Amino acid sequence: MKITIKRFDKRKEPQSIDMNYPIFEGLTLLENFIKIKTTLDPTLSFNGVCRSGVCGSCSVMVNGKAVLACSYKPKDGDHIEPLNYHEVKRDLIVDKSGVQSTLITAKTWLQSDAKKENANKVEVQSSCILCDSCFASCPVMAVNENFLGPFTLTKAYRYSIQGDNRETIDLIQQNGVWDCTLCGECTLACPQGIDPKMDIMNLRSRSVQAGYCDPNFANMSFGLDFTQGF
Amino acid sequence: MTTDVLVIGSGGAGLSAALKAKELGADVIVATKTLPTNANTCMAQGGFNASFGDDIAIHTDDTLRSSYGLGSKTMIEQMCKSSQNALDWLISKGVPFSLDENNELETRFMGGSTNKRTYYAEDYTGLKILQTLYDECLKNDIKFQTNHYLLNLIIDEETKEVSGATFLDIGSGSIEEIRAKSVIMATGGYSGVYHGFTTNGFGSSGDGIAAVVRAGGMASDLEFVQFHPTALKKSSILISEAARGEGGYLVNSDGVRFVDELAPRDIVSRAISNELNQNKEVFLDVRHLGSEKLSHLLPQELKLCKIYENIDMTNDLIPIKSVAHYTMGGIEVDHKLQAKGLKGCFAVGECSNAHIHGANRLGGNSLLEIISMGLIAGENAVNYESQNRLKENSQLAKDKAFINAVYNNFTNQINFYEKREFLGKILYHNAGVSRNDTGLKGVLAALRQMQREFTFMGISDKSKELNTNLIDFIEFGNTLEVAEMLLVGALHRNESRGAHYREDFQQTNDTFKAHSIFWKEDGVLCAEFKDIR
Repeated sequence: MKITIKRFDKRKEPQSIDMNYPIFEGLTLLENFIKIKTTLDPTLSFNGVCRSGVCGSCSVMVNGKAVLACSYKPKDGDHIEPLNYHEVKRDLIVDKSGVQSTLITAKTWLQSDAKKENANKVEVQSSCILCDSCFASCPVMAVNENFLGPFTLTKAYRYSIQGDNRETIDLIQQNGVWDCTLCGECTLACPQGIDPKMDIMNLRSRSVQAGYCDPNFANMSFGLDFTQGF
Repeated sequence: MTTDVLVIGSGGAGLSAALKAKELGADVIVATKTLPTNANTCMAQGGFNASFGDDIAIHTDDTLRSSYGLGSKTMIEQMCKSSQNALDWLISKGVPFSLDENNELETRFMGGSTNKRTYYAEDYTGLKILQTLYDECLKNDIKFQTNHYLLNLIIDEETKEVSGATFLDIGSGSIEEIRAKSVIMATGGYSGVYHGFTTNGFGSSGDGIAAVVRAGGMASDLEFVQFHPTALKKSSILISEAARGEGGYLVNSDGVRFVDELAPRDIVSRAISNELNQNKEVFLDVRHLGSEKLSHLLPQELKLCKIYENIDMTNDLIPIKSVAHYTMGGIEVDHKLQAKGLKGCFAVGECSNAHIHGANRLGGNSLLEIISMGLIAGENAVNYESQNRLKENSQLAKDKAFINAVYNNFTNQINFYEKREFLGKILYHNAGVSRNDTGLKGVLAALRQMQREFTFMGISDKSKELNTNLIDFIEFGNTLEVAEMLLVGALHRNESRGAHYREDFQQTNDTFKAHSIFWKEDGVLCAEFKDIR
């Protein structure tokens, strides 16, 4: 019973190696990391705070899927890597600042007085824990690194319900709502049961109401280029 | 790096203080050892107490009663009077408190409260407050120094004025200083000293309390630690009080109920510990509530029981124990939340002892305290008039030398992770819900031995960047300082009061209706009891 952890140290050669560790049975993946660190290899580097799935600090890729290490029980042969689309700093620790700067780009905060009566309508969206699991699962990131990403768009939707956030609607037209392929990987990945795909679809409707239209529709491309013939 | 107000810690207290200071026109930096939202605030489920009109006086009385004589009426009144403002402030920032069918704010009862005054956002109240305040900080362009681990305060030895702090930048491994006209400590509690026996996240090591005492400030009432009755047996993961509030039973391995489940937390915790000491197991039984009610009421817990104990709480008994949950003691502050013995250094939230919770805390008052007092701390820090005479200081050089010594001179012949686990265990069993003279003296002796052995501990990882082995080690160092104060307080408080229970002194004795105060002289811990005025 073993797991493989992809280790990374920019000062070492090679920088990245796969290392095998025994599974401490009955424990979560985060508890396994801690056991490895405190009894086998103190150099293993990872993040983790609350242990109960609400702080968002311990997300990693397991066999290509983003999970919270504190909410996952490892299985024989699991391959653990740092989160996709993030700069790896050391082992499983990534730099989240670049990804989370999308919150500033889209100004995902309350821009007017709060519409207090709408609080219950954002019950699901407001439970985001910034674990970046959705971002790391999004296939659009592979082709457009400037894509705002699922959690930022969910927050944009949340505050568009809680206030008059016209500016945010303007800011999510580029690299935002229309770049999503609606594949739903983010929804599958979210440990909090948030559905960013649905939020993005709702934001598309709000964008249309605000006078924007689907750029794919506007130039009739639908991803295909008819001018080149068949 | 310099700023007007330096906030250390990025939980609810730190972010409220930072937002207030920024609103008043100050330049603000928030330094945190993790990322801004990875704080214990996100784990607070219950809710936020707020009182209006006639209820303010009743809320004040409830809090005072719960403090068992150690609460300050002035401070409690200040908090209760400002509770409505604090709630309105959160709502104005977009915190989505739950509404009923008429779009009125929902409230729930919390144990120990006369009236229903706890506002909540499902079972995610703390999480939603924290995440919303973080969005608000981004809006207000508040600067964050993430992955910055507090080492020491920078202090003028003559005037005792604090003018910043030194940090280990975990990312780069360099030691830096951030200078400021005033500093706000919002570094959280110290339940982490009970390693393996706490509901808290990792890192609740009392860093700020230890730093203030090293700088010449004072800590107080550290012996008062609230134990939560129901945490999962293997992992210490919290099972919310709502489980008992809604009719859950506590039973022992003979299937017998042994305590009124709705009694105050300290009484239930002691009853559980009593059963465990008789080599019985204790279980929370919620099976009779039915799966529909449970999935609505305790969705987080259903998931956590499955992951951590591999049980289905709708069909199985939940094995539990009581573990450290909230620390009432902390940095001794005056009415302006300024650390006593220091100038220009404020403390707020769980790291602070503003004489609000006293010997035990009322449910729903911790979220209220971090916001209402956070706003006050922010304002007081801005209004503080810095003398700022300190030009040169040796703190940075000292801290560089210390870290250098940890890398090169600490021998690492003793594994501190083993010591950390051992200390957690002996503290839990001897300085936990139930204490006595012999046990406390034994732990204190073991702890002082660890302090002497500290240079024989050390780090195996010699990397400069992102060295979490080093962070764990420094946190353990702080744990040793804070746990010593906890033990000295518990040992000398020869009475039982609130969360502090002595088997050998089971009655409350008003000779001890006093705060235990801790400070250091030439590196040696001093303690005294100071009467309440």
